[in-house]
Amino acid sequence: MEEKSNVSQTDAVTAEPNHKKVREPRFHIVKRDVTDKKTPYIVRAIAVASAFIICTILTVLLVDTNPFEYIGLMLSGSFGTFRKILNLLQKLAILLCISLALAPAFKMRFWNTGAEGQVLIGGLACAACMICLGGVPDALLIPIMAVAAIVAGAIWAVIPAIFKAHFGTNETLFTLMMNYVAMQLIAYFATIWENPKGSGHIGVILDGRFPKLFGQHYILNIIIVILVTVAMYVYLKYSKQGYEIDVVGQSENTARYIGIDVKKVIIRTMAISGAVCGIAGLLLVGGTDHTITPQTAGGQGFTAIMVTWLAKFNPIYMIMTAFLVVFLETGASEVVSKFSDSLNGSYADILTGIVLFFIIGSEFFLRYQIKMNKKQEEMN
Amino acid sequence: MFKKILSLLLVVVMCAGMCMALASCSDDDNGYAITPVAKENIKIGLITLHDENSTYDKNFLDAMDAAVASLGLNKDTQLIVKKNIPESDECYKAAAELVDAGCQVIFADSFGHEDFMMKAAAEFPEVQFCHATGTKAHTSTLPNYHNAFASIYEGRAIAGVIGGIKLAELEAQGKLTAANYDADGNIKIGYVGAFPYAEVISGFTSYFIGVKSGYSMAKQMSGSMPTNSVVMEVKYTNSWYDEAAEKSAAEALIGSGCALMSQHADSYGAPTACQAAGVPNVSYNGSTKSVGATTYLISSKINWAPYYELMINAVIGGYKIQDEYCGGFAEGSVQLTELNRDAFLTDDYYNMAVNALKMTDEVEEIFSSYSMTKDGEPIKSYMANVHDDPAFAGDTEVIKTVGEGERAYYVFQESKFRSAPYFDIIIDGIKVPQN
Repeated sequence: MEEKSNVSQTDAVTAEPNHKKVREPRFHIVKRDVTDKKTPYIVRAIAVASAFIICTILTVLLVDTNPFEYIGLMLSGSFGTFRKILNLLQKLAILLCISLALAPAFKMRFWNTGAEGQVLIGGLACAACMICLGGVPDALLIPIMAVAAIVAGAIWAVIPAIFKAHFGTNETLFTLMMNYVAMQLIAYFATIWENPKGSGHIGVILDGRFPKLFGQHYILNIIIVILVTVAMYVYLKYSKQGYEIDVVGQSENTARYIGIDVKKVIIRTMAISGAVCGIAGLLLVGGTDHTITPQTAGGQGFTAIMVTWLAKFNPIYMIMTAFLVVFLETGASEVVSKFSDSLNGSYADILTGIVLFFIIGSEFFLRYQIKMNKKQEEMN
Repeated sequence: MFKKILSLLLVVVMCAGMCMALASCSDDDNGYAITPVAKENIKIGLITLHDENSTYDKNFLDAMDAAVASLGLNKDTQLIVKKNIPESDECYKAAAELVDAGCQVIFADSFGHEDFMMKAAAEFPEVQFCHATGTKAHTSTLPNYHNAFASIYEGRAIAGVIGGIKLAELEAQGKLTAANYDADGNIKIGYVGAFPYAEVISGFTSYFIGVKSGYSMAKQMSGSMPTNSVVMEVKYTNSWYDEAAEKSAAEALIGSGCALMSQHADSYGAPTACQAAGVPNVSYNGSTKSVGATTYLISSKINWAPYYELMINAVIGGYKIQDEYCGGFAEGSVQLTELNRDAFLTDDYYNMAVNALKMTDEVEEIFSSYSMTKDGEPIKSYMANVHDDPAFAGDTEVIKTVGEGERAYYVFQESKFRSAPYFDIIIDGIKVPQN
């Protein structure tokens, strides 16, 4: 990874070993020394712009539209009406909440791929309260749901953390597998709480639904996620525990050397990660769907991994990266809906994929730069 | 011979009289009428769970295209389709956005969309919300929320008759082995179901009744009085779409000696397993001949186009929309797809099957004491769970007594009190998993 320069030159030489004159390639790749502050933003802006250009060209080629209509649809799909803006913010809130949950774990280099399951278990605990404690006034029931969801999410995340801390198991696989256990548990409870009988389906639960604020759904969800964002930013940046997470992530040995209890930090951090996932489960079941299925998290536990990575684990940047992902999804689905004859849901994923490919690809150009070789004089 | 056919047909289609009642499942008169919309101004919304890659959703999407074309509407400007909408609050969001886009009538295609459609219906009383396969419209106080289904059990029964004829052919041609019979000499058949849900139970029971009568009819027509019958084993996959589970359930049933298969689940799993094993298959949701060249017999399916046209016309004209719609063969809502000649060995039995398809005009009272018993007795009374009360207690007497004294018989009135099926009795001859 470190020394990429001259790679292409060597390739050129080995490819044509018998040539008399050694041809110099047009360019070579060198590591950037110290990047100034502006360069990363310019590189990323170019990446996003080129991605949108490619998406536009692709769409114009595939369906009968023009670039302006395409861009108009992307924008109107996300911001076209007050309701669309509110829906966008609600989706943003959920994705951001899950991404925030991953931040402390990732910063510690604990690859928590189990957000999906932690969200679902939080949601399941929340749904269990709504079903079994029906009749309890909502003002009391909702705090109980919150506690249950947070505790359940934390437990689900702590199990692999304990194994990692004490037995050195691979946390990526362990957390991933826990997702499927969570999904099956929900499928199991769906047959117990099913309505109507035999359908394997929990209908909307009437108790414990979040109240509307200012006459709108989802406002409470959005407020809660704003608070979580601020809290996570402060925790990671200014608290002693946030510092410990950083040190453990950089080097476990260093952490031990300066007296940090690594096992404790791993377990504690994963408990926090799972607890925030539990909050996301609460927002999904109590604040949005009022029911639960194995698809309630809808793969956002995995999308959040990308959001967190792109933001370099910084909660404030995460607002932007989560917004980008949600904007792409809602905008692209508007395009697909408009041209539903020739496009289907997969096209929205393709467009999102192209944009993310460019953004992730741009990371390469932040670390390395392409140097054009000076024109070689004729060798003979 | 003709008299014989006729008398045997009567086993399935005994007596007449309920067709119209089935066609209009509910007729409460709350005086609700809606503001008419000019035809050129009408805008229709459609919400589907998946896209055309799912046979279930494709059936709805195709039907809507057909309805829009037949009404002479402009598909590009008067129809908005939202595909891949999960059974969650996303459905409410999609419906609300369709309202914002100017739709006066919005359809949804999946059972789990119901609660979210009702949430939207409560918020937008001026828009009509029409949900297929749901169960709550008849108990809901929302005047703009409606359910729809079809008396698909009629189609299932006819498709079952075709299966029964095929069984008789297999037997006559000496293709059945000892493993295909149970201890009492009855032929074993198998069924792959999604969930132990009334829609599935209603479907396989009517199919089973059809197979029994088709088998008995074909045997008599070829000159022998049957002394045996048919028994059916059901396996559930607990998923509406799980290709691997459906395939392995079908393989297990075939392995245990089932001579004929059918299914109620949305993938090609079971038909594929049948073709591999050379076991005939009665399909559902549309032809599966593409994976069962010599084993696919026939399929029953719901055609939603007549329903869509009726609802859209009602909104254009400002007519009152009934809470529940339940179409049958007469409305074109229930259809049988191509009968496969290649699945029959002889012309005789194929022609018998062709003739059996003409019974669609007469099919009624499938669930009667002539065709089914429970613990050896006719079912004279049954409280069905029609209103989906939380305790799942039976709330409605659904058995009707026809005639008097010695000649009295009993009919389970399916889809009369609501459009979605509520027949959930496991009758004699059908074996389901015990839990």
